[in-house]
Amino acid sequence: MKRLPLYAMAHARSGDKGDGSNVGVLAYDDRGYELLKAWLTPDRVKAHFGEIVKGRVDRFDLPNLRGLNFILHDSLGGGGSASLKTDAQGKTHGMALLRIIVEVPDDYDPPVVGLSGAARRGGEL
Amino acid sequence: MSASGRALRIANGQGFWGDSVDAPRRLVDEGPLDYLTLDYLAEVTMSIMQKARQRDPHAGYATDFVELIRNILPTLRKKGIRVVANAGGVNPDGCRDALIALAREQGASGLRIGTVTGDDILPRLDELLASGVPFVNLDDGRPFSEVRERVLSANVYISSFPGAEALKRGAHIVVSGRSTDPGLVLAPLIAEYGWGAEAWDLLAAGTIAGHILECGAQCTGGNFSRWWEVEGWDHLGYPIAEVAPDGTFVVTKHAGTGGLVSVDTVGEQLVYEMGDPTRYLTPDCIADFTSIQLAPAGPDRVRVSGIKGGPATDTYKVSISYLEGYKAVGQLTVSGPDAEAKARICADAIWGRLARAGVTFEQTLTELVGVDACHGPLTRKTAAPGEIVLRVGVKDRSKGKVDRFGKELAPLVTTGPPGVTGFAGGRPKAAEVLGYWPALIPKSLVHPHVVVEEVP
Repeated sequence: MKRLPLYAMAHARSGDKGDGSNVGVLAYDDRGYELLKAWLTPDRVKAHFGEIVKGRVDRFDLPNLRGLNFILHDSLGGGGSASLKTDAQGKTHGMALLRIIVEVPDDYDPPVVGLSGAARRGGEL
Repeated sequence: MSASGRALRIANGQGFWGDSVDAPRRLVDEGPLDYLTLDYLAEVTMSIMQKARQRDPHAGYATDFVELIRNILPTLRKKGIRVVANAGGVNPDGCRDALIALAREQGASGLRIGTVTGDDILPRLDELLASGVPFVNLDDGRPFSEVRERVLSANVYISSFPGAEALKRGAHIVVSGRSTDPGLVLAPLIAEYGWGAEAWDLLAAGTIAGHILECGAQCTGGNFSRWWEVEGWDHLGYPIAEVAPDGTFVVTKHAGTGGLVSVDTVGEQLVYEMGDPTRYLTPDCIADFTSIQLAPAGPDRVRVSGIKGGPATDTYKVSISYLEGYKAVGQLTVSGPDAEAKARICADAIWGRLARAGVTFEQTLTELVGVDACHGPLTRKTAAPGEIVLRVGVKDRSKGKVDRFGKELAPLVTTGPPGVTGFAGGRPKAAEVLGYWPALIPKSLVHPHVVVEEVP
């Protein structure tokens, strides 16, 4: 097994859903999607976010987009206009999830998706 | 197809009230278009508008919209572009009157303006409660009695058909209150193609086109994970859907504009604010996002097809806002060396001094911007930051306590550790916190009303 940042395998977007947020993760290739379906469980996502996510994490799959949609319950400090937090709408939760380090088989290499940015760097983000 | 036999070109030039003021003007100037849609309403916008209307019965709508139309009306008329906007807020009639006044100034006789009302149920709340609508909180089931006395606004997300009817009756500009965001795009499709109230797949396709467009540039390069592939940030193109009568469509932007439309930029927007992807509920239908097929269709063009939908529910969602309390947030900038340790001393001093003064709060917040404000434990272990913004805030029912908090920041400049600065802009003042209360109402109890008026 080797370790890859999710940023190298997928892209993501997040926004608010009431007092929680959602993070949609879209894998770059079919094999990566299968690996993420098995590895990127709600439990691992909740553990990654730590104190940010106070409620449970749900996952919905969108095979047509190679997508995994995570709902992070109670993650905005009250949500919307009622929250005091800088990121009251979970706008940065997508970038936060892309920091997670995924364990993949040694023979898996994600497609090259860009020439710069954090995605081409190895290791911790 | 439209009269000229091609797909309808529908654009969105406003993702929220406060989005780029130049985007709508550029959309009508920089290329061909049939419809310009504009979304001005967020969940709490209605309560702000309700307050504006209490102060002035002519207010309560998106005044930015009227100024925009003042600037682009000659171009709209020359090019035959029609406009659908939820700019009416809690006073679509007031918005219409302002539009008619400016149209008369510009000699735009024959211009027809449609209004859609009936979404505002604030005056009907007691009647509806008496008739058995419980308005329990849709998210957590709490009883409405908890907030009834503090309600500021109550608006129904109405369907796209009243807006479509205004267009069918010849309106060049349609102004509604609380219609759904995707419905702004769906309404012209219903009007032009005659899609029926039970054409679920088509309604779902139009809804998903609207969902892709509703946040403006978020599908044309804005907020895209691979930001390094996006060029032309100073002139990002806003999105256009070219929709065929069979509900398939192409997402694109005007030629020569900045940004990027690709399967990945559109894909990201599809999952934005997504819940259960198989049940995306709107007043018009239930759209299934797992049916969507995306394919590249040339530079900055993405083809969307295969969309399936199901029958709408027999209820509308109601967006209710209420006064939850007050909040204030302030900040200090703390330079290094040892920025983080000194910022924590400042924060402890603020909370400790307030506690000694006998002032405590329902909720407090301490953030070290530059350390962990956005990503919490994920970024806490990285290298020591050169400087930090300490951001502190409180929330409470008592406005007096919140104002008292605001007085506790400035003293840190002379009573804290060295290198504390950045206290500008005065004391943070208590601002109202508006709570959001989603609920349901049977469709049979809501009566949308369409009026089309012609400028003489």
